[in-house]
Amino acid sequence: MADGKQPQDTSRRSFLKNSGIAIGGLIVGGVVGGALGGGQKTTQKEEVEKVVEKTVDYNQALMYFNQEQFQITEAAAERIYPKDDLGPGAKDLGVAYYIDHQLASPWGMNAKEYMQGPFFPDAPANLGMQSPLRRHEIFSIGLKGLADYCQQKYSKKFQELSEEEQDAVLKVFEEGKEFKLVGTTTSAFFKLLRSATIEGVYSDPMYGGNKDMQGWKMRNYPGNQMGYAKDIEKEGLVKYEPKSLHDHMSMGK
Amino acid sequence: MATKLPHVPVVIVGMGWTGGIVAAELTKAGIKVVGLERGKERSTADYYMGHDELRYAQRYEMMQDLSKDTVTIRHNLKERALPYRTHGSFLLGDGLGGAGSHWNGQSFRFLPYDFEIRSKTIERYGEKKIPEGMTIQDWGITYDELEPYFDKYEKMAGISGEQEQNPMVGKRSNPFPTGPMKTTPSMKMFMEASKKLGYHPYIYPSANLSEMYTNPDGIQRAACQYCAFCERFGCEYGAKADPVVTVIPVALKTGNLEIRTQSTVTRVLHDGKKATGVLYVNNITGEEFEQPADIVMLGGFVFTNVRLLLNSKLGKPYDPNTGTGVIGKNYAYQLSGGAGGTVGFFDDKEFSNFMGAGALGAEVDDFNGDNFDHSNLNFIHGAGIRIAQAGERPIANNTVPKGTPSWGKEFKQQSIKYANRVLKVSMQGSSMPFRHHFLDLDPTYKDQFGLPLLRMTFDFEEQDREQVKFIAQKTAEIMKEMGPTTMQTTTELKPYDVTVYQSTHNTGGVIMGSDPSTSAVNNYLQMWDAENVFVVGASAFAHNSGYNPTATVGALAYRTAEGILKYIKQGGGSLV
Repeated sequence: MADGKQPQDTSRRSFLKNSGIAIGGLIVGGVVGGALGGGQKTTQKEEVEKVVEKTVDYNQALMYFNQEQFQITEAAAERIYPKDDLGPGAKDLGVAYYIDHQLASPWGMNAKEYMQGPFFPDAPANLGMQSPLRRHEIFSIGLKGLADYCQQKYSKKFQELSEEEQDAVLKVFEEGKEFKLVGTTTSAFFKLLRSATIEGVYSDPMYGGNKDMQGWKMRNYPGNQMGYAKDIEKEGLVKYEPKSLHDHMSMGK
Repeated sequence: MATKLPHVPVVIVGMGWTGGIVAAELTKAGIKVVGLERGKERSTADYYMGHDELRYAQRYEMMQDLSKDTVTIRHNLKERALPYRTHGSFLLGDGLGGAGSHWNGQSFRFLPYDFEIRSKTIERYGEKKIPEGMTIQDWGITYDELEPYFDKYEKMAGISGEQEQNPMVGKRSNPFPTGPMKTTPSMKMFMEASKKLGYHPYIYPSANLSEMYTNPDGIQRAACQYCAFCERFGCEYGAKADPVVTVIPVALKTGNLEIRTQSTVTRVLHDGKKATGVLYVNNITGEEFEQPADIVMLGGFVFTNVRLLLNSKLGKPYDPNTGTGVIGKNYAYQLSGGAGGTVGFFDDKEFSNFMGAGALGAEVDDFNGDNFDHSNLNFIHGAGIRIAQAGERPIANNTVPKGTPSWGKEFKQQSIKYANRVLKVSMQGSSMPFRHHFLDLDPTYKDQFGLPLLRMTFDFEEQDREQVKFIAQKTAEIMKEMGPTTMQTTTELKPYDVTVYQSTHNTGGVIMGSDPSTSAVNNYLQMWDAENVFVVGASAFAHNSGYNPTATVGALAYRTAEGILKYIKQGGGSLV
């Protein structure tokens, strides 16, 4: 690990101190002004870590999907980001849990978006999304469409198809020509599924995907580091042990 | 009924860079100021969990809640304008510090050519060079006149840059207050390649801060840690120049600034000649207040400034059919988002692409402004050509060679393979105003208060397509010299697509100039039609250059502050 000298258990504040970046004089609103909300007391923290070690991942339960929706999503995401020699695929990374949690979030409800009518869903694509549907609705309609299409074409569930068949179905949905959905299109749904899968692979593990930072490890992405000031001028790829936002919670004593 | 508050000398709408700068200068001079900010209070403490790509970069944590207010967009007069329902092409912000909290910190001065673009273009190429419909005009100020204000802004922000004068840009009276940012291997390759081709590369002027710095106001900030979470993020170190860690605390310390956050201004009140104050709503309680003031300064983003004026019926609205009127005129954008750029894939070389800082990179300006001969070209102006190392985060950056599927096994393998083997030389192209590119009020869609949304009418022109095609050859030439295994150049500029992030350098609508019939504000950004109203920001740009706008916005804000003090001292009247 090239970054071995970096303090492991410290806050951004003491990180600056330990790096010799002393700050004196008038500080208004800067780092010392409080980049940190203050750490937990040591005894409490140790308690918490002891408990977590023994337990299962309580994050892996469903906020939005029913069982069938979850299974289809898990199978489809795996085809978008499959397991291979490089490492785990979407399924092992927990991507379907990530998507489930996101659909129950403000993003899934389009909470911070302009959702007043009149709506013109057939407007040119370069004027942006113009559908009255929320993302969770597009997802539910799309998943039902996947199930219906597979029933019609293969008399099977999507999750029961071979990998090749699943890929062929997803291609049909991506192209958006063969199968019609009510209120949205298979390509709009596929686009959402694809981007949500990539997010689930590479977002911080606290969101439910990128299990054990395996998504980051596959591409040597170090996640949440304090900084790269010492190494940024070096030639080649400098490798780090990745860190998550959870690692940052134990800092700041 | 609105509650009428006690009268104040100055009320500022928006507490970002322009509001913060003007507030600091006025309050230091003993003037009482009220700052109204529609967003929430922000501080470095809010960025404890700041290194979160999903929350900040993908879900726009620091951006405006579009359910309350947005714009509508159409490509031309015939198309139906539709709401910008989700963030895409540009990012609208709010909150204390404004975009100054989540910008990258790239801090270029516009060129001497920019401020006198019409005169200088005619002087060199004749009037015929300016195509039908292109409404470029001089800014009513020269680079030399603005230089002292650039200098002031750079000292306040501690801008880091090369100490030698670059021959392609305007003359500086002083070197940058801090030395340049570090040079990464990819920047080195870009600079060596472009030097070899006879160009004049330099390291970006940066507001990220290369070393510890104490500014003239006594504000001390720590150096950048190159953490790679800059644009769309707040800086937890307080290293990036941000109004919240520079000008706002200075203003607050005087005791003369009162900031009211969560306060959305809906109208500038006026008697037809002068403003009498503003009307605003407290977002938390829903109460409406009237804030009377001697002087009103608008320091919102481009769209906010224009919409406030139009909804307040202040100034003459622009009419694209006659070309008369000024409010909403000369909306401009920029050419970026991949167009004109070249991607290089290096099979036998790796880079630490995940490291970076918002304003870390190198630039070639040999094809920016009028630094090259346009006699045989079908466009004017040009672009900055650059390599950036802002830190490639994994959700947003999955560049694969053309022909690779966008999902599945091959996508996974290629996107992982090239995550740290890809470099990009890109363009930031200027955008000229046209008679039919403008901002007005939308006839259909309304905001949270039932007020009309602002409507944008804009698309790219032949001028833009020609520029992209030309600059693309240059980005390809430089990349080729950098020695990639394979490379791809985007030479085509497609019609404006609001869904793809390009730039938040939207400009115009309340443009400055020396003639009240063609501009809305004079060179102190004082409104021709209401002498006690100052409209500050990139809304004053008469066109958009091939650079990031903030340094020029900052310089104009310092000039405005001087103008307002003068206005108070002389007891009113026009400043020019």
